[in-house]
Amino acid sequence: MKDTPRIDGAAHHDTPHDSAIKHVTGRAEYTDDIAEPADCLHAYIGTAGIAHGHITTLDLDAVRRAPGVVAVLTAHDIPGRNDISPSGLKDEPIFTTDLVQFHGQPVFAVVATTRDLARRACQLARIEYAPLPHACDIDAAEHAAYPDVTAPLTLERGQVGPALDSAPHRIQGRMRVGGQDHMYLEGQIALAIPGEDDEVSLFASTQHPSEAQHMVAHALGVPANAVVVNVRRMGGGFGGKETQMNLFCAIAALAAKQLGRAVKLRPDRDQDMEITGKRHDFRIDYDVGFDDHGRILAVDGVFAARCGWSSDLSGPVTDRALFHADNAYFYPDVRLKSRPIKTNTVSNTAFRGFGGPQGVIAAERMIEEIAYALGRDPLEVRRANFYRDGADVTPYHQTVEDNILLRLVGDLEQSCDYQARRRAVLDWNAKGGIIRKGIALTPVKFGISFTATWYNQAGALVHVYNDGSIQLNHGGTEMGQGLYTKVAQVVAEAFGVDIARIKITKTTTEKVPNTSATAASSGSDLNGMAALDACTQIKTRLVDFAATHWGVAPDTVHFLPGRVAVGAQVMTFAELVHAAYMARIQLSAAGYYKTPEIHWDRAKGRGQPFYYYAYGAACAEVSIDTLTGETRVDRADVLHDVGRSLNPALDIGQVEGAFVQGMGWLTSEELVWDDKGRLRTHAPSTYKIPLASDRPRIFNVRLAEWSENVKPTIKRSKAVGEPPFMLPISVFEAIGMAVASVADYRICPRLDAPATPERVLMAVDRLRALS
Amino acid sequence: MPHRQEIRFLLNDRPVTLTTVGASDMLLDHLRLDQRLRGTKEGCAEGDCGACTVLVGRIGGDGLAYDPVNACIRPLASCDGCHVVTIEHLRGHDGALHPVQQAIIDHHGSQCGFCTPGFVMALYALWMHNPHPSEDELDRALQGNLCRCTGYAPIIRAGLAMGSYGTSDPLIGERAQVERTLRNWHDGARVDVAKGGSRAILPANTDDLAHILAQHPDARIIAGATDVGLWVTKFLRDVPLAVLIGHLDELRDIQDTGDALHLGAMVSYAQAHAPLCQHFPHMGRYWDRIAGWQVRAMGTLGGNIANGSPIGDTPPAFIALGARLVLRCAAGRREIPLEAYFLDYGKQDLRAGEFVEKIILPKAAPNTLHAAYKISKRRDEDISAVAAGFSVTVEGGMITSARAAFGGMAATPKRASHAEAALTNQPFTMASFQRAASTLPQDFTPLSDMRASAEYRMRAAQNLFTRFWLEANGTPATLEDAV
Repeated sequence: MKDTPRIDGAAHHDTPHDSAIKHVTGRAEYTDDIAEPADCLHAYIGTAGIAHGHITTLDLDAVRRAPGVVAVLTAHDIPGRNDISPSGLKDEPIFTTDLVQFHGQPVFAVVATTRDLARRACQLARIEYAPLPHACDIDAAEHAAYPDVTAPLTLERGQVGPALDSAPHRIQGRMRVGGQDHMYLEGQIALAIPGEDDEVSLFASTQHPSEAQHMVAHALGVPANAVVVNVRRMGGGFGGKETQMNLFCAIAALAAKQLGRAVKLRPDRDQDMEITGKRHDFRIDYDVGFDDHGRILAVDGVFAARCGWSSDLSGPVTDRALFHADNAYFYPDVRLKSRPIKTNTVSNTAFRGFGGPQGVIAAERMIEEIAYALGRDPLEVRRANFYRDGADVTPYHQTVEDNILLRLVGDLEQSCDYQARRRAVLDWNAKGGIIRKGIALTPVKFGISFTATWYNQAGALVHVYNDGSIQLNHGGTEMGQGLYTKVAQVVAEAFGVDIARIKITKTTTEKVPNTSATAASSGSDLNGMAALDACTQIKTRLVDFAATHWGVAPDTVHFLPGRVAVGAQVMTFAELVHAAYMARIQLSAAGYYKTPEIHWDRAKGRGQPFYYYAYGAACAEVSIDTLTGETRVDRADVLHDVGRSLNPALDIGQVEGAFVQGMGWLTSEELVWDDKGRLRTHAPSTYKIPLASDRPRIFNVRLAEWSENVKPTIKRSKAVGEPPFMLPISVFEAIGMAVASVADYRICPRLDAPATPERVLMAVDRLRALS
Repeated sequence: MPHRQEIRFLLNDRPVTLTTVGASDMLLDHLRLDQRLRGTKEGCAEGDCGACTVLVGRIGGDGLAYDPVNACIRPLASCDGCHVVTIEHLRGHDGALHPVQQAIIDHHGSQCGFCTPGFVMALYALWMHNPHPSEDELDRALQGNLCRCTGYAPIIRAGLAMGSYGTSDPLIGERAQVERTLRNWHDGARVDVAKGGSRAILPANTDDLAHILAQHPDARIIAGATDVGLWVTKFLRDVPLAVLIGHLDELRDIQDTGDALHLGAMVSYAQAHAPLCQHFPHMGRYWDRIAGWQVRAMGTLGGNIANGSPIGDTPPAFIALGARLVLRCAAGRREIPLEAYFLDYGKQDLRAGEFVEKIILPKAAPNTLHAAYKISKRRDEDISAVAAGFSVTVEGGMITSARAAFGGMAATPKRASHAEAALTNQPFTMASFQRAASTLPQDFTPLSDMRASAEYRMRAAQNLFTRFWLEANGTPATLEDAV
């Protein structure tokens, strides 16, 4: 085996990120690093200073007169439609003209010779308002009878009322789960370059170039074919650049077309955080019935989400919360309802997991309730409720066919020595010291596919040049996850060439049209298959050519590592390609893929929205300080399922990164709005994402190497972007156990998220008072 | 005394001379916009994310030394006489990758890559003097760098391995030449530059500083710029006249007088670490939780005190130690207890033309127990919700004197007078400390804000009395001590 020739960068190998050298040398170009065209102008957004009310005076004279200002844009300067709503509900103006719906809503934009001058000019606006009462959180919005921003969803199976009434045990509770800012290190940015006639070209940090293209086209009142959107890489996305950059693209393009000059728009970090959406915070009311063994009999849940001022993606986000409110557990009778409620805050949006984490954490809270009520190890309760034969239908009527959790959790339980360590934790706490410990092992089951079924399609464009070099393009975007590398590995293996022979090009709407957002963890699944389809088309032509040209049977033509066998002859890939070119064989192909089998009827709450599930489990051990509420993650062990990994190194990177990002969501990252509706945590000085020193002190991450996707996905791999984000719910539950120790584990700690030192200390005090 | 109306510094391998520089011009914009060196990134423009980390070398008492700094809030004028090293300089002349870069690639330490140049530079700063760091040392060195993709694990693995990648390094080869250039430039001149309506003066020495302030009492003194930098980048505040003093070696002096430690106002947090740990070992752990390395290298003790913030990290710990402040102006000096400097929110006992010259920390009386505590939402690189310093002298089982000071609990850093009184002349028992804690509401009415609620601040501050007593009696009562 050792001597078997292999190509560099084959599938299933630890190929480094394609831009790794450029990253470490600072030569990787992000949008703000692109050399600006001559006379490039800079735009900046002027925003509203109240949370809710009418604009009575908009005086921009001083702004216009400010040094360096070239133009001031308002809604009146929009030739097309003043709307960038991705939901189609037309509820998201680029610039508001009258009604202000959140503090920081865009009202106008300044275009100046430098970014600094544009920023300074913005401050000179005189805006007067007739304020209206505002409602910034779920409770206030409910009290003020605010509407939903989009239609709610109900998932129902069986008869939940009677089942709850007849259950031997029943617990009702409420949980609040905080939101999360994406805090991508590279903020939002767009550079627009006007072209001739109605054309405009943009470079932007976007996960969804096609949507940006359409939004810009609508705003300019031109067809989509006049707009090109390009993105080579993003400095992080996490869902925050799926719809949120539409605003910046639209404004930059408007300015560029009006002025006939290139225009760049980059908000500073504070404005980025104030005017772009975040993870939805949820208020979850649950009612769970169960038996003496801890088996769940019925669940009734209402998932209210702070959606902000417009619909954006709140519909599908709250839908996905319901899709994951079962996590890994069978609910015999169930009713789940969403409440996507409007608030006078920024419009919340996609964020890794897309509502799923808020559903999963509710399921795990119910498990905790049952375990503390019955005095059992929560892991036992979890296992008793896993989907299993005969109990395998989800609340949305899809049957779970690929469940591997029993094996996965058993494997992790052994490898991390859960039972012995849990006993040690109990012993430690029994000593009654200031520092308490907790341990928890939690599973994840995550549904893969866009629930908007039509999004599950992708295109790729592969060119083979007559020197044998290959250019690869597809609709997926690179935000750090390594998508470009993985798809290039697929192509390298298809042609049997080293990955270095493949030039990975930027994502652009002029090569692959009508792309879906790079989101829902679907990037490799969709684009890998589309690229493979393109390769297969080219290879088929090459095989036919070779068989005819050299007079051999087609089944004797093989693409081997570094060479091609044509019957008894062996030649290089370049030699074959050049011969094919001379014989006028087309060496370029557009590939395409759509996910099979899936369907979803939202009105009925029924279907098979997911092609397959990805699984994982994590065990976390923590310490808490019962004097201050400070916490530390002492150890985390992860076993995660990515099927047959396309690139284990990159996949482990996704798992580690998701784990720490999820820890942040559940511990130190807290969004705070004041009574005027102003976001007070709008930069890293006030909004605290994890640091290196916050990562688990011992951090063991493994992939379930024995797993293989039962569905014929690309190389039998599974999606990896989002599922591991829910693994650190183990950290949250371990903190809960440490808190519960002060009341001898008789009371469910009912921690709300994030478990900041303050929440932990207050929970300790509350449990002490109750016990 | 010579006057110079330009600044000059080495940027990677070439000298830069600038005549038009304002007080509010920052190094990062100069690098990205004027020099078109775009490897250095802007992530937050407030010194919290580290994406803009560059090295700044200057000649100090120990010769040429390089610090990692946040270019976003580093005033350009303050780079006079320095060597600025950016990510672009790190690759060898033969194109080979630096050991730190290769280690990061081999350990898959970059994902989106936007934070990566900053991590490379921070690790490089560590590698220069400690190529084989421990995990704890890596954690501390990277407290000022945020990564949102990797979860840090592969970066730490790269840091643990970086010492095994050889010693090829551009700054080692150039060192003698750089040192010569910088020394040749050292002309003892006052530097006075301006752009538009914004003027920056770098005094030639402290006498010159006193003289300048006497002439311009409204001038804004800028030390490490880790606070004033944000006025510029965040609030676009005009700085018509700034006097930059971070380079004044006389103010960086550290002296042990036998009965006290004298720390010059421009001693950085990083520079203060060793002497503080030597004389006040309890300060080590506290010090490690102040900001990140970049800010510890830039920020100064004098700056932290002089700006009068109620949430500065040094005042509570220093007040508990009985610190005294030396204030100087052209007419002379005066010395006050540190706590007396803080009059009210935003109001300090600083007269026109005066500046903070040094901080005097008296050595501990025998039988005195000290502690310094910080509570924040995130353990590292966060602003305190509550900070506290305790100094308690115990003789024969009785508390003979007690000092307790808190930050984050009032409009200024402040002593807990009632609690101190409640402890003094009481038996050294848990009950005494609990009684003292119960008096805190008489001294403090904390606020609620995004960092913590008033209720939490009070509760946690009271609990620190319990922690102090437990620790004084050898009972582990912090996360760090519980194993």
